[in-house]
Amino acid sequence: MKIILVAEYRDGKLLASFNELMDFADKMGGENVMFLVGGDNDLPKYDGKLYLADAGTFGEYSPDVHKQLILDIVEKEQADMVAFCHSSYGWDLAPRVAFALKAAQVSEIVEIVDGVPVVPVCNAKLRRDVQIKTKRSVVTLQAGAFGLPEEPAGTPTIEKVEGDLAGRVQFTGYEQPESGGVDLGKARIVVSAGRGIGKPENVEMIANLAQALGGEYGASRPVVDSEWVEHNRQVGTTGQTVAPKLYVACGISGAIQHLAGMKKSEFIVAVNTDKDAPIGEAADVLVVADLKEFVPLLTEKIQSL
Amino acid sequence: MKILVCIKRVPDMESKFKVDADGTWYEKTDLAWRMNEYDEYAVEQAVQLKEQEEDSDLTVLCIGGDQVKETMKKALAMGCDRGAHIADDNSSSKEPFEIAGIIAEYAKDKSFDLVFTGMQSQDRGSAQVGILVAELLDIPGIATIVDFVYSGGEVKVKRELEGGVKACVTVKAPLVVTCQLGLNTPRYPTLPNIMKAKKKELLSLPVEDLLKVDSRQETAKIYFPEKKGGGLILEGDAPELVDKLIQILKEKTAVLA
Ligand SMILES: Cc1cc2nc3c(=O)[nH]c(=O)nc-3n(C[C@H](O)[C@H](O)[C@H](O)COP(=O)(O)OP(=O)(O)OC[C@H]3O[C@@H](n4cnc5c(N)ncnc54)[C@H](O)[C@@H]3O)c2cc1C
Ligand SMILES: Nc1ncnc2c1ncn2[C@@H]1O[C@H](COP(=O)(O)O)[C@@H](O)[C@H]1O
Repeated sequence: MKIILVAEYRDGKLLASFNELMDFADKMGGENVMFLVGGDNDLPKYDGKLYLADAGTFGEYSPDVHKQLILDIVEKEQADMVAFCHSSYGWDLAPRVAFALKAAQVSEIVEIVDGVPVVPVCNAKLRRDVQIKTKRSVVTLQAGAFGLPEEPAGTPTIEKVEGDLAGRVQFTGYEQPESGGVDLGKARIVVSAGRGIGKPENVEMIANLAQALGGEYGASRPVVDSEWVEHNRQVGTTGQTVAPKLYVACGISGAIQHLAGMKKSEFIVAVNTDKDAPIGEAADVLVVADLKEFVPLLTEKIQSL
Repeated sequence: MKILVCIKRVPDMESKFKVDADGTWYEKTDLAWRMNEYDEYAVEQAVQLKEQEEDSDLTVLCIGGDQVKETMKKALAMGCDRGAHIADDNSSSKEPFEIAGIIAEYAKDKSFDLVFTGMQSQDRGSAQVGILVAELLDIPGIATIVDFVYSGGEVKVKRELEGGVKACVTVKAPLVVTCQLGLNTPRYPTLPNIMKAKKKELLSLPVEDLLKVDSRQETAKIYFPEKKGGGLILEGDAPELVDKLIQILKEKTAVLA
């Protein structure tokens, strides 16, 4: 088994997720090589061959071009598998590579059991073992599902990728998120509102509990997308990462992108009407209740302590 | 301008799931169904584009059994002009490459200027179909957009990346975009529009005519993940639960001190 590990680079920096690819490759066994459209300035600590294409030449987002570069390396290395992170970069690129290679693509692998890839179904409520029927395959790895326990410390043997390729889309630059406002990362306690709050008026209920506990309130993404709460209070992959002493998730189902932003909290309480909500897996305590009834009562009780 | 939007009917994720008799998918009875969340953003964006461009025609496509027509009617009530129902009672066992193959086969000689899909389906969640359709049709495809502007054949989109950063991209139609949460606020169909939708064309085509590709993967087994345990589940009356939780917070954390 030979795997091409596709590392990511953004805005002039290597993304730390290359280490998840390395852990995956270790678990799969066999040989592997890494590929990166990036720069000399920030190299993965990878003990092996690194095909390095210059981001200045090939662009940070240029799907047609990155696809072709990967296909050339698959050919040259006679690789069996191409591994991506299940990220905005991987979603965009992996299916193109799979299509060109006539390969099955298995998305969002959480685990490999006896060589069989396991993926989540229905917001992680179920799991699926996948059987690949093609000779070659493309996989994407769920963020955080793999990762070496220690910082890798290798030095790659670099093989520069040259070429002159043009793509059909034009990347014109990044837009940074608005900064300023609350820094949830510093809060000792965070109480977050999810879609289960039902309507914008109920944000106050969550904010009141946060205040009674002496903390800050946050929110899941749908609550922010609906503009019930400002973006700078969003917790998760596309928001802030928090690790307070206490995190209270109210009406939040526990999607992986939300968990990624709060699972390092010291103590997690979830309030949810659904006993099987995936948040139960991450929570120390799951209170099965209607938050509209439970949260005000809890707030009152805490205020009276 | 010709526009296509692809939607999927999925169970409400808060449903109580069971494994089906084959052990390869979830049991489809006793579930509440709805339009895949990401596809609602796709439909809304497609309808907005149709309203913006004169003389445009918007088709909504869905592969599935007869039941999916219910979901398609919602898309028609939101403003799609016609429905293409690809009749397939086994759509849930089809892998993304087969689904994309069917869509591309339907679309290939219809010269759509824009194809909208969701970035992923909530049940299968492969995040593949849209980009595969683009590759099959040999037109550009852009995944996970949160902003879309069309003007005179040129499309400017923003792709959402991790950490809230967005990448701005310009591309010429025809193309496929896959829609992410937060792209827009999907409209609620109004009663008059629901009535109007009943008269719109909703044709069923047999999947056999459109499935020309072979499957590349299968589900060996579907099952519930092992509960890792540790977590305590509290059930009962709210006032009682409040007392129990406070007790636990006092014992296990220092936050109430
Ligand atoms: C690329 C990408 C990035 C993302 N980034 C983020 C991110 O940064 N942060 C984020 O949060 N999400 C993010 N998401 C979205 C994520 O996948 C989920 O869609 C989202 O987290 C769901 O939010 P939720 O739990 O509030 O809503 P839902 O999943 O709809 O869950 C609502 C929950 O409320 C419960 N409920 C309903 N009524 C009540 C009641 N009365 N009392 C108690 N409980 C109730 C339900 O049982 C359910 O569990 C991202 C998704 C993608 C694809
Ligand atoms: N059965 C289907 N019928 C029509 N479109 C679908 C179907 N399944 C998936 N799609 C489209 O493909 C997108 C991505 O699905 P997936 O690749 O399964 O995550 C969905 O958001 C839909 O737009």
